[in-house]
Amino acid sequence: MKQQVFEQQNQAVWDNFEQQLDGLGNARRSKSDDASLAGFADNYRQVCHLLALAQERQYSPHLIDHLNDLALRGHQHFYRRKGRIGYNLLQFVLQGFPQTIQREYRFVWLGVALFFIPAFVMGGLTWLDPNLIYTVYDPDHVEEFVRMYEPSNHDKSAAKRGSSDDLVMFGFYIKNNIGIGFQTFASGILLGVGALFNLIFNGVAIGSVAGYLTQLGHTKTFWPFVVGHGAFELTGIAISGAAGLKLGYGLLCPGRLSLRQSLINAAREAMPLVYGVFFLLLIAAFVEAFWSSSTNLPSEAKYLAGASFWLLVISYLCLGVRRGS
Amino acid sequence: MLDTYRKLETPESIDLDIHIAGHLVRALAALLDSLIRFAIHIAVTLVLMIFGNLGMAVTLIFTFALEWFYPVLFEVFWHGQTPGKKAMGIAVVNDDNTPVGWSASIVRNFLRIVDFLPMGYITGLVAMALNQDFKRVGDLAAGTVVIYREKKVAAPQLPDHRATPPPVALSLQEQRAVLSFAERHQSLTPERRAELANHLQPVLQRKDQPAVDYLFRIATWLRGDR
Repeated sequence: MKQQVFEQQNQAVWDNFEQQLDGLGNARRSKSDDASLAGFADNYRQVCHLLALAQERQYSPHLIDHLNDLALRGHQHFYRRKGRIGYNLLQFVLQGFPQTIQREYRFVWLGVALFFIPAFVMGGLTWLDPNLIYTVYDPDHVEEFVRMYEPSNHDKSAAKRGSSDDLVMFGFYIKNNIGIGFQTFASGILLGVGALFNLIFNGVAIGSVAGYLTQLGHTKTFWPFVVGHGAFELTGIAISGAAGLKLGYGLLCPGRLSLRQSLINAAREAMPLVYGVFFLLLIAAFVEAFWSSSTNLPSEAKYLAGASFWLLVISYLCLGVRRGS
Repeated sequence: MLDTYRKLETPESIDLDIHIAGHLVRALAALLDSLIRFAIHIAVTLVLMIFGNLGMAVTLIFTFALEWFYPVLFEVFWHGQTPGKKAMGIAVVNDDNTPVGWSASIVRNFLRIVDFLPMGYITGLVAMALNQDFKRVGDLAAGTVVIYREKKVAAPQLPDHRATPPPVALSLQEQRAVLSFAERHQSLTPERRAELANHLQPVLQRKDQPAVDYLFRIATWLRGDR
C-alpha cells in the first residue's frame, strides 16, 4: 500500500488520538473532559498497530517519527504507575512503616548497633577522661555548648527565649537534622561506607557530648532537654543508616540478580524507611523545639515524658498498629 | 539510527524509539536549575527577612524543601521535567518509559549528593560515560533515564513535482532514503542537494539540479501521488 493511501485511510485515527493526548496533557483538565477519552485504549492499540505497519513498509521518516511520538506519549499515559506514598499516608504511618522495619530488621539492628554502641562507648570513655572530647570537637565548640547547658546561665537564657525563638529552632532542626538523615541514606550507595561513617561519626559525637556534660555536672540541664526528642531523633538517624546500609548491601551482594537490578530493588525496598525517617525526624524537630526547650516543667516531668516517648517509639516500631480483627 | 536511540519493546510488541539525553544537555539543564534555585532562594530570603523570627523559621524550612524537594516535586507533578529540563526539552522517565513516581524521583534526586562528589558532579559525569544510557548513579539506583521530549514538527512539504517511477526497482531502505531526502530538502542548501543527488548519477543518468528534480519526482511517486 502506498503511503498516501495509508495516510488517507488512517489519518483520522491518529489525529483523534493526538487530540486526546493533548487533552490529557492539559493541566486545567476538568472531569467533564473525561467523555472525550472514550476509546483511548482502542486508539492507542490502533496507533501501535499503524506504527508497526509503517515501520515494516518503510514509509517516510516523518510519518514514522510522528506515529512513534504518539505511541510514546500514549504509552506514558496508559502505563502510568500508581503513586505509592501519596495514596494513603495514614496507612503508611500506621502499618507500612512498622512493617518495613520488621521486614528489614537485620539492617535496622545493624544501624542501631552501629549508632548506639559507639555512642555509649564514647560516652563512657569521655565520662572517664573528659579530655577525649577534644578529639571530636575543637575547644570553641566545646565552650559553646558548655555555656549553653550551664545551669546558672540556663534559667536566664530560657527566660529570654520566647515562643518565636522556638519557631526558628524548629526550622533549624528540620533543615539540619532531616538533611543529615537524608545524607546518611544517600551516602549508603558508596558500598555502605558512607552510611557506616555517618552512623559511627554521629554516635561518637553525640556520645562524647553527653559524657562530657555529665562528667561536668550539667546533668540537670542536659538530660531533661535531650531525653524527650532523643526517642524520635536517635531512632530516626539509626534507621536512616539502616536504609543506607541496605542500599550498599544491594551493590555488594546482588545474589542472583544483575548488579543494576539488585541496586534498583534495594533502593525501592529502602524507600519506606526513608519516608519513615522523615516522619520521625519531623516529630523530633517539633518536640525538640517546643517541648524540650520549655524550662517551666520540673525535670521529673521531662524524664517521665521522655521515658514514655521511648516506650511509644519502640513499641510502635516493633509491633506496629495491627489491623483490627 | 544514531546510537543515542534505544529500542523499547512495549506490551503491544512494537518497538518504540526513545532518544536518550547526553552529558551536555543535562549539564545545561542542571546549571539552569541551580540558577533558578539560587534566585528563588535569594528572593524568598529577602522577602521573609521582613517578618523577623517567623520569617526566619519559614526561610529555614523553605530552604530545606528547596534543597531536597525542588527537583522531586517538579518531576512528579510536571511530567518529569524541572524548569531547566523543560527549557532543554528533556524529561525523566522510568526505564520502561512510564512517568516517574515519588519513590523513583526521590531516590534519583537524593543521590545527587553522591553524584556531586568530589565536586561539580564528577562522579555523575563519569558514571554517565560508563553506561550506554547516560545514567548517573541516581538514575541507576532509581531505574530512571533522561530522554528527549518529542518536539512538534510541522509536516514537511514535498516539493511539487509530477510523479515518476524510479528507473530501477528500489529496495525498502532505498525508498526510505529517497523519501527522507525529499522531506529534508528545505534544510539542505541547493549545493548540498546537488552533491547528494550526484552520488546517484550512474542510476539517474543526470547531474546537479536535474538529478535533484528527478529524485523529487521519484519521492512523489513513492509516496503514492500520481
